[in-house]
Amino acid sequence: MSPAARPGAPAGPGTPGPVRARRPGLRRTPVTLLLAAAVAALALLPLGYIAVSTAGLGWSGIRELVLRPRVGELLWNTARLAGGTVVLCAVLGVGAAWLVERTSVPGRRVWHVLLVAPLAVPAFVNSFAWISLLPGVDTYAGALLVVTLSYFPFVYLPVVAAFRGLDPALEDTARGLGLSSWAVFRRVQLPQLRVALLGGSLLVALHVLAEFGALQMLRYPTFTTAIYDQYRATFNGPGATTLAGVLVLLCLFLLLAELRLRGRRGYARTGAGVARPGRRVRLGALTVPSLLALAALVGLSLAVPLAGLGTWLVRGSSTALDLGALATTTGTTLGLAAAAAVVTTAMALPTGWLAVRSRGRVATLLERSTYLGSSVPAIVIALALVTLAIRATPWLYQTVPVLLAAYAILFLPRAIVTVRAAVEQSPPLYDDVAASLGSSAPDRLRRVTLPLLAPGIGAGAALVFLAVVTELTATLLLAPTGTTTLATAFWSASSALEYGAAAPYAVVMVLLSAPATVLLSRDSSRGLTT
Amino acid sequence: MSSLTVTGVTKSYGATPVLTGVDLHVPGGGFTALLGPSGCGKTTLLRLIAGFDDPDTGTVDVGGRLVAGPGRSVAARRRRIGFVPQEGGLFPHLPVAGNVAFGLPRRQRRDRGRVAELLALVGLDPALADRSPHQLSGGQQQRVALARALAPEPSLVLLDEPFSSLDASLREETRQAVVDALRASGATAVLVTHDQAEALSMADEVAVLRRGRLVQLADPRTLYRSPRDLDVASFVGESVVLDAEVRAGQAHTALGALALERPCPDGPARVLLRPEQLRLAPVEGGVPVARVRSVDFFGHDARVRLELPSGLACSARLEGWDLPVAGEDVSVRVVGAALPFPAGAPDAPAVAQVRGA
Repeated sequence: MSPAARPGAPAGPGTPGPVRARRPGLRRTPVTLLLAAAVAALALLPLGYIAVSTAGLGWSGIRELVLRPRVGELLWNTARLAGGTVVLCAVLGVGAAWLVERTSVPGRRVWHVLLVAPLAVPAFVNSFAWISLLPGVDTYAGALLVVTLSYFPFVYLPVVAAFRGLDPALEDTARGLGLSSWAVFRRVQLPQLRVALLGGSLLVALHVLAEFGALQMLRYPTFTTAIYDQYRATFNGPGATTLAGVLVLLCLFLLLAELRLRGRRGYARTGAGVARPGRRVRLGALTVPSLLALAALVGLSLAVPLAGLGTWLVRGSSTALDLGALATTTGTTLGLAAAAAVVTTAMALPTGWLAVRSRGRVATLLERSTYLGSSVPAIVIALALVTLAIRATPWLYQTVPVLLAAYAILFLPRAIVTVRAAVEQSPPLYDDVAASLGSSAPDRLRRVTLPLLAPGIGAGAALVFLAVVTELTATLLLAPTGTTTLATAFWSASSALEYGAAAPYAVVMVLLSAPATVLLSRDSSRGLTT
Repeated sequence: MSSLTVTGVTKSYGATPVLTGVDLHVPGGGFTALLGPSGCGKTTLLRLIAGFDDPDTGTVDVGGRLVAGPGRSVAARRRRIGFVPQEGGLFPHLPVAGNVAFGLPRRQRRDRGRVAELLALVGLDPALADRSPHQLSGGQQQRVALARALAPEPSLVLLDEPFSSLDASLREETRQAVVDALRASGATAVLVTHDQAEALSMADEVAVLRRGRLVQLADPRTLYRSPRDLDVASFVGESVVLDAEVRAGQAHTALGALALERPCPDGPARVLLRPEQLRLAPVEGGVPVARVRSVDFFGHDARVRLELPSGLACSARLEGWDLPVAGEDVSVRVVGAALPFPAGAPDAPAVAQVRGA
């Protein structure tokens, strides 16, 4: 190019230099790093325990305990239930999301809330309602039905979010290139839903693997129920440990498979600004059948359990309602949930902070190990903590701290995800500006960082709180003697077939979970991590 | 008001050298613009002065006090240096008053009068004090950010491309308000920008940064009229660069024999003219002729793109009153002297290099 003439300004505004971002580096945050490492270590504790104790059995011991017909039977039961549930949830979740987001179906907002609402009913309560109304559902088909109705929102929510995020310009472009409506769905929309669908399906599968209460109630044996029975029978035989080992391997296999399938492709919109809302498909003559389908889904997943609870509440209130016990149990549950929320959120802070402020391999590794530890089923976490407490710290056995540790391991990802999002909202720039105004490090923490993080920390704590309120499995194994929560009180009453006495506890749990559901239906992009 | 002296500062991020030895002096009460293309290291230099980062080598001295140097690093909060980031960086959780009073001692933070004073200093209505940052326009946010930086009466204020996110109409007004407030406060100021018009119009002195090095520090007129090399010349404004043969104190070019701005040895050279030095007229004998390729009309003036018979392209800046049309032939006269750069001078090849990059 000739140097003869050149316009004045070489670069327009908004083109920042390549080397602008400052990396604080891990060296500057040794304390945070240490804390995050401790949290990751705690989260990996159950996994490590299972690995070490299984290895301790030796190859022949493992072979003897694993290669037997009982394990094969459990594997088959678990696999066909997980597979069937994933397929059904995918069909129901994508179908419902498409109707609500992309068609002219009437009452979209109401349907959206109603389709998320089943999350407020814990799976074991749902299963209680079904079996108490229809004692014949204790079959594979029954288990498949109940679990699917409890878990399809895990697919529905991310897919709705993905439909919302689809850039209609892509669809218009595809139509302009001559594609039919079906071809647009298959070649343009479906590939973009892939990440959401895979993520949702993984959640469903992990939940099925970890599900204990619902399946125990339906007398459908899987690994979790077998581990529990084994634990009740022999306390802690190598039998329970090896079963737990197989279950953990299944979880790891799913995580890896999802990672492989998801691939590295990005599906973010390339343009700037907010996506224009797309045109909706006119249903026309299909409006009534669509409404009927949605009504059937909501009816089965929401109306049946609520009707079941209502029936037993009315029947039981005449004979079995002990308001005093209900109040005490609710108090205990709320206290435990509040303590767990505080502890878990505090533990999430260092990890969430590092993940944003010191991006890099170490921070990613710490964050991922925490998620990995939490993907282990509650029954395995509880089993590991029981055994470790008895062996290493007998004075901690059956105490609240161990129970809180289990809750923290189980629900850390919920808190980390929200804390992380909050840290992303408060760039280091604010810290720099405050420093230039003479503010010291503790002063900055108090006046800038914490106020900016508060909403995110609060949301994370609320999610943990609500998860603990309905937690059953770990509480059953770890709660101190004499401590009953809503879930365990409900469990012991319904196990004794005192359905009328059980119902009030379930109703309180559903009422307490309702706010979380409203939160999720408003902001469908967050909080679905377990 | 304190002077600022930066000596031999270097900084690398990983293996990437960003600053490779910067020397800069800003006199007390002065207003200096750091001008450079994106990625030249100007924001990094600002962060080192503010104390958000430490230089690898070199020293920073504010008002005779060493704040960064070998084995010494005064924390940012003890440097008394105000900082106005890009897009303001107002604390989103605090109202305007809370932002402005952030750096004041605890007792004065509730003093509404002091906040109103500071808002008035930057030309804002004190009634804005209770608004949230997101309720302000971009220009208002920048002014609040400046008021916040000026509140603790810093000896030095650093501004990091504060106007780049504003649209053109707001930019002019906000610049004026910022200059007035800085003059009134008496603080020394350093402004980082990649906009040469901004640097030339606002600052007392302009420091041109290129590839991690300071290439020229001069007042705006000197910088525009006597740039150190052709690269700086094209960076601070449009240029017309002609090949020339210097003989007996005159440059013989495609636009005729031109007077020289400064002495230059005889021989081949390149000369610099500014587009506003070219005057166009109907073709007449004995005067160089060019063909008009196109006209960019701006209203108040216009840029006429010309092609000389040799094929060389250049442009002229004319008042928008009487303009030629594309395809017309015009004669070209040069007003004033040309700035010569002897061929073979060390800076000549750098021009082509930068273009290619």
